[in-house]
Amino acid sequence: MSYSVQRTNVLRAITYGALALFVAAMIMNLFYVGPERTQGEVQRVFYIHLGSFLGAFLAFGATVVAGIAYLRTRNTKWDTLGVAGVEIGLGFSTITILTGMAWARPIWNTWWTWDPRLTSIAIMWLAYAAYMMLRAGIEDPERRRRFAAVYGIIAFASLLYTVIIIRLRPDTIHPVVAGPTQADPEGSFEVSGRIRDTLFFNLFTFAVITVVLVWHRVRLQNLLDRTERRKMEVLAEL
Amino acid sequence: MSASAEHTQSEAQVQAAASPRRRAMTPYLRTVGAIVWKDLRAEIRSRELINSMILFTLMTVLVFSLALELDADARQNIVAGVLWVTIVFAGILGLGRSLASEKDRGSLDALLLAPIARSALFFGKMIGNLLFVLVIAFVLLLLLTVLFNVTLFKPYLVLMVLLGSIGFTTVGTLLSSMTVHARARETLLPILLLPVVLPILISAVRASTGILDEMPSEDWMPWVQLLAIADVIFLVASYALFDFVVEE
Amino acid sequence: MTHAIIEVGKLVKTFGVNPVLRGLDLDVPRGQFLTLLGPNGSGKTTLLRILAALARPTSGTVRIGGWDLPAEASQVRAQLGVVSHLPLLYDTLTATENLMFFARLYDLPAGERGDRIEAVLRRVGLWRRANDVVQTYSRGMQQRLAIARAILHDPAVLLLDEPYTGLDQDAAALLDELLREVAIAGRTVLMTTHDLRRGHALADRIAILSRGKIAFDRLTDEVEADTLPALYTDVTGTVTTR
Repeated sequence: MSYSVQRTNVLRAITYGALALFVAAMIMNLFYVGPERTQGEVQRVFYIHLGSFLGAFLAFGATVVAGIAYLRTRNTKWDTLGVAGVEIGLGFSTITILTGMAWARPIWNTWWTWDPRLTSIAIMWLAYAAYMMLRAGIEDPERRRRFAAVYGIIAFASLLYTVIIIRLRPDTIHPVVAGPTQADPEGSFEVSGRIRDTLFFNLFTFAVITVVLVWHRVRLQNLLDRTERRKMEVLAEL
Repeated sequence: MSASAEHTQSEAQVQAAASPRRRAMTPYLRTVGAIVWKDLRAEIRSRELINSMILFTLMTVLVFSLALELDADARQNIVAGVLWVTIVFAGILGLGRSLASEKDRGSLDALLLAPIARSALFFGKMIGNLLFVLVIAFVLLLLLTVLFNVTLFKPYLVLMVLLGSIGFTTVGTLLSSMTVHARARETLLPILLLPVVLPILISAVRASTGILDEMPSEDWMPWVQLLAIADVIFLVASYALFDFVVEE
Repeated sequence: MTHAIIEVGKLVKTFGVNPVLRGLDLDVPRGQFLTLLGPNGSGKTTLLRILAALARPTSGTVRIGGWDLPAEASQVRAQLGVVSHLPLLYDTLTATENLMFFARLYDLPAGERGDRIEAVLRRVGLWRRANDVVQTYSRGMQQRLAIARAILHDPAVLLLDEPYTGLDQDAAALLDELLREVAIAGRTVLMTTHDLRRGHALADRIAILSRGKIAFDRLTDEVEADTLPALYTDVTGTVTTR
C-alpha cells in the first residue's frame, strides 16, 4: 500500500498553507488587533484559546464519527482516524487549558476555578486520556479497536450532556462568546471589527491545522502498521 | 456405574432437538430474570461481594469523619459529597468483581453460548449490580443519618439515590465488561468510569445538597430532571453498544 | 457426505496481522464423531470458537444445521452444546441451581425443567450430589457436570475443546464412557484433543489441523491406532505430548 503522488502533493500544499496561516494569525493576534478595552494585552491569548478549542472539538468529533463508522464497517482505517482524532484533540485541549489558565490568572486572579466550563473541559481531557489508557491496556488488536470505538462514543455522549448542563445552568463566570445566552452581558467581550476579523481568521487557521495534523497522524499510523506487517512477514520467513 | 444405567427418555428427545418448535431466542425478560436470579443466589450464598462493599463503606465513612473533623454546619454541607463519593467507590469495587468472576471462571463464555439477546445479558448483570449498589446506598443513608446527625431519608433524596445509582451502574456495567479483558483491570475501570459518570455525579451531588438544605424545589428540581435524562441517554447508549463489547 | 450438519467453507480467521485459519474446509455429517488433532497454535480452539459463535470469521462460510454464522447465531446456539477445559459453571451454586439457570437461558419449558435436570444428572452420575455446591466437587465431577450442562437442552451438535485436560485416570475413563453414550445418542460430536489414542478410540473420523488447514482427514477404520503418532508427526512436523 502506498499513497498517490497527487494526494501527497495536496497534503504537502495544505501543510505549508497551514504554516503560513498560523504565522499570519500570530501576526494578527499580536499586531493587527489592538489590546482589549477592559482586559488589556492578556486578552490576545484568547484567539489561540478559542482556536485550539475548536481544533479539539473537531478532532474529538472525528473520533466519534470514526467510532460509529468502525463499528458499522469494521474497516481499520476508521480506527486509525479515531486514534489520530484523540491524540490531536488531547494536544489542542491541553493548549486550551494552558492558555485559559494564563488568561485567568490576571483576570480572575486565580489559575483555576471550578466553573462549569472549566470543569467540563477537565472532564473532557480526562475522558480522552482514559481512552488512550484503554487502548494501551487491551492486547488483542481487534478487541482494542472495538472497545476504543465504544468508549469514544460513550465518552462523547457524556461530554455532550455536560455541555447541555452548562447551557441550562447559567451560573458560570466564564465569558460567553458564541450562541444565545441569558447570562449578563458584563462578562462578554466588546466585539470590535478587528477583534471579529482576528477571531474568525484564527478559527479558520486552527481548523486547517487540525485537518493537517490529523491527516499526518493517520499517515504515520499507516506507516507504523505497514512496518509491523513487514516485520511479521520477515519473521515468518526466517 | 450409575451414569450408564439411567438414561431414560433422552434418546427420543435427541431426535426432537432440532425441531422448529423451539424458539430461536429465549424471551428477553426471562433471560434478564434468570441472570439476576443467578447473581443474587450466588451472592446470598457467598456474601463475598456485599460484605466487602459494606466494610469498605464503613471504613470510608470513618475516614471521612476522621479526616474532616467537622462541626454540625460543615457536616450538613458536605454530607451529600460523602454520600456520593462513597457510593461510587464502593460501587466500582462491586462492578469490577461482578464481571471479572464470570470471565475468570469461563462462565462468561457459557452465557455467550446461550441463545439469548446480548443486551438481555447486559440488563441482567446491570440489575444485579444496581441491587448491590442500592444495598450500599441504604446502609450509607442509615450510617450518615446516625453519624452526621442529618436526616437523609427524604423521599426526593431516595429518588435521587435511585436515579444516580441507575446511571452509574449502567455505565459501570458496560465499561467493566470491557476492562475485564485488560491487563490492569482494577486500575483501568475507575480511570475509564469516573470521567464518564462525573456529569451524573455532579447532578446528583447538587440536587442532594439542595434537598438537604431544604432549598425551594425549583432550585434543585432541574438537576433531578437532568439526571433522569442522563440515565435515559446512558441506558440507550449501553443497550446499543453492549453487543459490540461482547462479540469477538 | 449427503447430510452434513456442519459445513465450513474457505474459513479464514486472522488476529491482527497473523492468520490462524487459512481457508479451512470441513464437512461433518449428522451423527458423526470427529476428533480434531493438531499442535498448539494450529487453530483448533479458534475453529471451535467460531463454530460456537463466540468468534467471528474473518471470511468464509460456516453453516450449522442449515443456519449461517454469524448472521443466524442465535438459532445455531440453540442446537449447540459446548464442553471446554474450563467447567463454565458457578462455584457457589449447587449442581441443580447451575442447571436450572442454564435451563432458563435455553428456554426449556418450565414444566419440563425439573425432570430434565434430574435425567441429565442421573445420566452423568451426579444425582446424589445434586444439592451440593460445585466448589465441593472434584475436577472430574465438575467436568461431568459440565457435560450435563452441555446436553441439558438436547443439542444436535456437541463441541468438546480438550475435555480431558486436568482429569486423572479414573475421571478420564469415566468421561470416555460418558462420551460414547452421548455419541451413541445420535449427536454429532466435534472434539479437539492432544490425546491421540483416546481420540482414535472414540471417533468415527480423524482430522489433523496444521497451519490453519485440514492437513489429514480419514475415517477411523482406515487408520491403525498404532500408526497414528508417526502419521501425526509426518503431517504436523511435531511430536505429541502424549
